[in-house]
Amino acid sequence: MNPDSQAPSRLSRREALQWVIAAGAAMSLPSMPALAEEAAAVTGKPYGTDPVLNKTYKPGDLWPLTLAAGQRRTVAALCDLILPADDRSPSASSVGVPDFIDEWISAPYPVQSKDRETILEGLKWLDAESSRRFQKSFTDLTAEQQAKIADDIAWLPRSKPEHESGARFFATFRNLVTTGFYTTPVGMKDIGFIGNVALTRFPDPPKEALEKLGLV
Amino acid sequence: MPFVTSSKTRPEYDVIIVGSGAGGGTSAYVLALSGVKVLMLEAGRNYDPVREPAMFQTAGQAPLRAGATPDKHFGFHDATVDGGWTNPGEPYLTQRGDKPSGTFHEAKDYVAFGSQQEWIWWRPRMLGGRTNHWGRIALRMGQYDFKPRSRDGLGLDWPFDYEQLAPYYDKVESLIGVWGSNEGLENTPDSPNGTLLPPPRPRVPEMYLKKHAAKLGIPVIPSHMAIVSRKMNGGRIAKGLHPDNPVAEKLSADSINARQACFWATPCGRGCSIKANYQSTTVHLPPALASGNLDIVTDAMVREVTVDDSGKATGVTYVDKKTRQDVHVKGRIVILAASGCESARILLNSRSTRFPNGVANSSGKVGRYLMDTVGAGLTGQIPALENLPIFNDEGAGGGMHSYVPWWLYKPQLAGKLGFARGYHIEISTGRQMPGAGTFNQLDVLTQGAYGRKLKEEARRYYGSTIHLAGRGEMIPNDNSYCDVDPDRKDAWGIPVLRFRFKWSEHEIKQAAHMHATFKEMIETMGGKVLGTPQSDGNKAIYPGGGIIHEVGTTCMGADPKNTVLNSWCQSWDVKNLFVTDGGPFVSNADKNPTLSIMALAWRTCDYIMAEMKKGNI
Repeated sequence: MNPDSQAPSRLSRREALQWVIAAGAAMSLPSMPALAEEAAAVTGKPYGTDPVLNKTYKPGDLWPLTLAAGQRRTVAALCDLILPADDRSPSASSVGVPDFIDEWISAPYPVQSKDRETILEGLKWLDAESSRRFQKSFTDLTAEQQAKIADDIAWLPRSKPEHESGARFFATFRNLVTTGFYTTPVGMKDIGFIGNVALTRFPDPPKEALEKLGLV
Repeated sequence: MPFVTSSKTRPEYDVIIVGSGAGGGTSAYVLALSGVKVLMLEAGRNYDPVREPAMFQTAGQAPLRAGATPDKHFGFHDATVDGGWTNPGEPYLTQRGDKPSGTFHEAKDYVAFGSQQEWIWWRPRMLGGRTNHWGRIALRMGQYDFKPRSRDGLGLDWPFDYEQLAPYYDKVESLIGVWGSNEGLENTPDSPNGTLLPPPRPRVPEMYLKKHAAKLGIPVIPSHMAIVSRKMNGGRIAKGLHPDNPVAEKLSADSINARQACFWATPCGRGCSIKANYQSTTVHLPPALASGNLDIVTDAMVREVTVDDSGKATGVTYVDKKTRQDVHVKGRIVILAASGCESARILLNSRSTRFPNGVANSSGKVGRYLMDTVGAGLTGQIPALENLPIFNDEGAGGGMHSYVPWWLYKPQLAGKLGFARGYHIEISTGRQMPGAGTFNQLDVLTQGAYGRKLKEEARRYYGSTIHLAGRGEMIPNDNSYCDVDPDRKDAWGIPVLRFRFKWSEHEIKQAAHMHATFKEMIETMGGKVLGTPQSDGNKAIYPGGGIIHEVGTTCMGADPKNTVLNSWCQSWDVKNLFVTDGGPFVSNADKNPTLSIMALAWRTCDYIMAEMKKGNI
């Protein structure tokens, strides 16, 4: 039998108040991870087998987003660690990728529900790991500190056993960030997709490309 | 346009057509323009092919970046309405690889590859049927393909040969618009000069593949696609199609002239508001409706074909989905074009004392010889294609500009391959619009890059992959068929189908051959395979139905004892009952069936007109 089940099941009012005060104090300290924060439950409905297709949808239009404010900050920081601004394009968080990730993990579908578990567990792990190594939440780490953690979880086959769950989270998260970013106008421009425009003729490829491939 | 409700139909029609896709659309076009009164029944809703397609929407404008969900199995922007591998309220049963054999389970999988269902059945519920999301690959069957049993002793022969269908391939290609080239290759028929539209230039990776595949003796030639690559001359085409029928000529010409040429962007599977690709609703139905001879009732789920005491069909009974009432309509002739399995289901459910096993089923062959296409694929990453200068290589419809026809006829006939029938290779590549998951492979390719490095790697790798998909012939077998479940009914009270499906060793070995070939092709280009080439074909092959080429459940032939239809796709048992979908096929060559369905339907409808004039039906 679990010994905890023998513990008194009710707190006294005085004890409860002390816990609340302690929790409030903890949350007010910026260096402490927001452990108490939980995502809202998924309550949305599927969009059905005949949605209007010729229309623009934004995250939140079809089902409520569920990430808590602190989780959103962690998500945004991780988005920008994975795809930061450079001289060709802005960062992932500046073009709505955190909204997309929130939409994804808040969706009422099986693949997304599974990813939701991975992401929410991963966010907790990330803050716990940040706290363990640097006594700060992930969002308060320096870029170098964030990179130290990321390097340990960036590639599952290279990661140590204790980092494997973190690595699985990072792989899932990176796929969502690249999906979110490269489907935006700036992302498509960044990789050089210039289609999706009506043309009167299918243009010839540049001579430079054909020469490089030995096709001329 | 004469879209009518159940209460507004005529007292009787010359012909009732069940289904509005490639077979039903062709039938309605030919018959309505020939002057007879036609009623078309479609199980799904009406669909506006001009206003509804989300042609230029980006993935970023859709929920979940337009990725597949249990509601939209091919992604958010796919044109399919109320359908996919499962349909709400319309279950089917299949055996599963992960359950004991002999037990049936309701189909629930919504991803084909890796599904444990032995059969996976795609059904849209919308006007135009599967022509809405069709890949538009339009290949003629060749001389060998009509006589496979005569050639290698396996499967079944068609009751006629290529030359009898060739004039109808010519008509279909002229009307719908097919680009392609005449290459003079074995069992890969040429079209008469001037029939095909000019193919576009190959995409750059296709050019690169062509150059390197030549070293392996593998030909890469222009694809044949039902996409208008150059504005069509409606007057000239319609004159050729309807030389003795000025009304048909005019209506057909007007309809063809209303179509625009492809603008080299956006996926065909979303639909085409400018009518550059073939779909039933933009090519076959407008002139048929304009003739005044075609009425269409949508949301009409057919329950059975009715017959009189003499054994002639009198019409059909359908469920009006809007009112949930049964409605009977009368017709001199009934044509089923509801898809191979759905037409078989209607026949099996049309039971009477005269036809206790279902109408047109005295042979017991309705539902038998169910076939799909063998499918397996591999993706390669090609370093030579990395970091090319930015250019527009999107092309038409997301579909292939080039393909590989089957090239090993001679070694195969000599028994050197270990399997009996061939496959062609479909190529997906180019600088396409990114969607959900497009860059998932960066994980493996970069071994975990992130940060600025990941952005550089995305630029480097974008456009450097080629996917090769094999599409091969399946030989009909006795273990693959559908029948009606004795207990289970759908939401409309109609008994549902249950499927049994087994590949033979020929298909399994063919799938393994595909993987071995694709690996060789990728490596010859200096590339590496992403994923695992399988030497066991069972691990490479899609489940039955996964390629959505369901054919063969109402087989035609020369002997009424063991076939359902005669060589005119006419029931042996019920002279005024015909089938014009993929059901009549007795083999499923590696030439995707849609073009042949249309050619066969046109031929059948010419026969119907001739027989009506003679007073035979």
